[in-house]
Amino acid sequence: MTLTRTFDDAMVAMWKQGRGLGGAFSERGHEAISVAAGMALGPDDVVAPMHRDLGTYLVRGMTPDRIFGNLLGRVTGPSRGRDANLHGLGDLDLGIVGFISHIPQALPTTLGVAMSFKLRREPRVALTTVGDGGFTSGGTHETLNMASLYRAPFVLIVEDNKYAYSTPLEQQMRSARFAEKAAAYDIPSTKVDGNDFDAMYQAVSVGVDRARDGGGPTVIEADTMRMLGHAIHDGAEYVPTEMLETWKRRDPVAALRRRLVEEGTATSEQLDAIDRTAHDKIQQAIATAEAAPLPDPGTLHDWVYA
Amino acid sequence: MSENFGFSDVESSEGRSLTYLEAITECIAQEMERDQDVLVLGEDVGGSFGGAFKVTKGLAERFGDDRVLNTPIAELGFTGMANGMALMGLRPIVEMQFADFISTAFDSIVQFASTAHYRWGGKVPWVIRAPSDGGIRSGPFHSQNPEAWFVHTPGLKVVAPSTPADAKGLLASAIRDDNPVVFFEAKPLYRSIRGHVPEGEHLVPIGKAATVREGDDVTVITYGSMVHIAAQAADTVPDVGVHVVDLRTLKPLDTEAVLEAARVTGKVIVLHAANRNTGVGAEISALIAEEAFEYLDGPIVRIGGADTPVPFSPPLEDAYRPSVAGVADAIKTLASY
Repeated sequence: MTLTRTFDDAMVAMWKQGRGLGGAFSERGHEAISVAAGMALGPDDVVAPMHRDLGTYLVRGMTPDRIFGNLLGRVTGPSRGRDANLHGLGDLDLGIVGFISHIPQALPTTLGVAMSFKLRREPRVALTTVGDGGFTSGGTHETLNMASLYRAPFVLIVEDNKYAYSTPLEQQMRSARFAEKAAAYDIPSTKVDGNDFDAMYQAVSVGVDRARDGGGPTVIEADTMRMLGHAIHDGAEYVPTEMLETWKRRDPVAALRRRLVEEGTATSEQLDAIDRTAHDKIQQAIATAEAAPLPDPGTLHDWVYA
Repeated sequence: MSENFGFSDVESSEGRSLTYLEAITECIAQEMERDQDVLVLGEDVGGSFGGAFKVTKGLAERFGDDRVLNTPIAELGFTGMANGMALMGLRPIVEMQFADFISTAFDSIVQFASTAHYRWGGKVPWVIRAPSDGGIRSGPFHSQNPEAWFVHTPGLKVVAPSTPADAKGLLASAIRDDNPVVFFEAKPLYRSIRGHVPEGEHLVPIGKAATVREGDDVTVITYGSMVHIAAQAADTVPDVGVHVVDLRTLKPLDTEAVLEAARVTGKVIVLHAANRNTGVGAEISALIAEEAFEYLDGPIVRIGGADTPVPFSPPLEDAYRPSVAGVADAIKTLASY
């Protein structure tokens, strides 16, 4: 989580300094969800993270220099300069399906991954995420219906982060009870504090175990908050200050740190050392990515077809 | 070509000959037999029913319900599901009940499947079988030829066979291709034409056009059901040597075959059932104008559907759709240019 937050902070700073390229999406506030999702999966499982699930990529083994390489349009990024920011960060060797902007495309795609496991009788699980915004689109409901119908080994985390770009929850839907909606599809579901790492890890693990044991899909409603704008250019002035203040006190990274110290699992000094290591790693990754080559325009037509 | 509404078999006239529909069914069964990763999914395809046109009839009994998967009415969802299956190495054959409904699955095709390999190396080896085309009095939503949308999309392949043998051979190639292939079946041909089809493995390469009739005066470049319209029109003008090229694949286009066909006669008609405006014929005409201009002895003529929805009532649909008489007139006019 520290690496994720450090990456995110460094990325936001770079883009504000004009050292970035195109847009960038901060996942500040979502770290417990994305890291827990990555950690609860097994090595042979497959995940299709969204653009605000940086932690999942890092946990699955995508190195920060590759991700910065993608952000900066370098050949070292998984998309080799083809796709922007946290889109197109696919690498099936790491069990990661690349994201596309067309929400909720990741949902039926991930269901198909899950169905391939089921048809081949492999004990593997496919997981993806959707926001409150994506939950309103038709493909989400097509996917939930089929995941239930086929009892697919499929786990969905609904990241209820209260905004679809600038549109608040109450202007998106009358009922924001996502877990109950999943239950109506006969899918086991649960609502979790998405800023509590342990609660998230437990909930995702239950869903992953159920899927692996042939028990079909699970939906996890993760209550959280998008702490910065939709993307780097968005100041999110439409979000009430008091709402951000309330959620700031529930910051998932600070909460985990506080608990580790209170329980005596780690000392402040040890955690400070982790912070410094993360900082050094991210700075090194940025330097590596910035030094990496941009794509040769002569390769424009490469990879259109497999 | 008889207008039998696609629902009743014509009489067999040869020995080992299949209808266009039987050739497709045979291909799917043989590919499923050959490769465990091949499966079929779509609305009503499973069980003893076998799909709206019965293309998949008998497959569920033979290969099981897992590999002939019935889906709810959810084209975006089940085509997206095919994307995920294909990324994992399965080779789904998705049946769109009618090509008209493919718009419902648009994002899954033109945004995800077509870009995954370019963007991050994800291979999506599915085939969408899309029963297309009209002339069978089925109205605006069961008669469309939406191939231009997909020809305009980088990363897809688009195939449109006109004969039973090509239907089998091109479908087999499409199933084995590592890219997403949209396979437009001409449903007026399903049961109205028969032809020799090789019994065993039969592969027709994607991207290769075929000359189906040779002539010196006028070239007709076409595909799908219009290949038969072109041949019938040519029969009505015996004084004109008509050279007919069946594109067979619309993307990637066999550009050399197109240009060679233009050079042969110097007079070109591009014919398709889809509406003419911004259709595949526009691209072919532009290609010829750009790269074979010096061989032309007359204007390139495009014949296609009207720029309207496909109407239902016979006088309207007949006015909408290219006809044998209309194509014959165009051939005569161009020949005397």
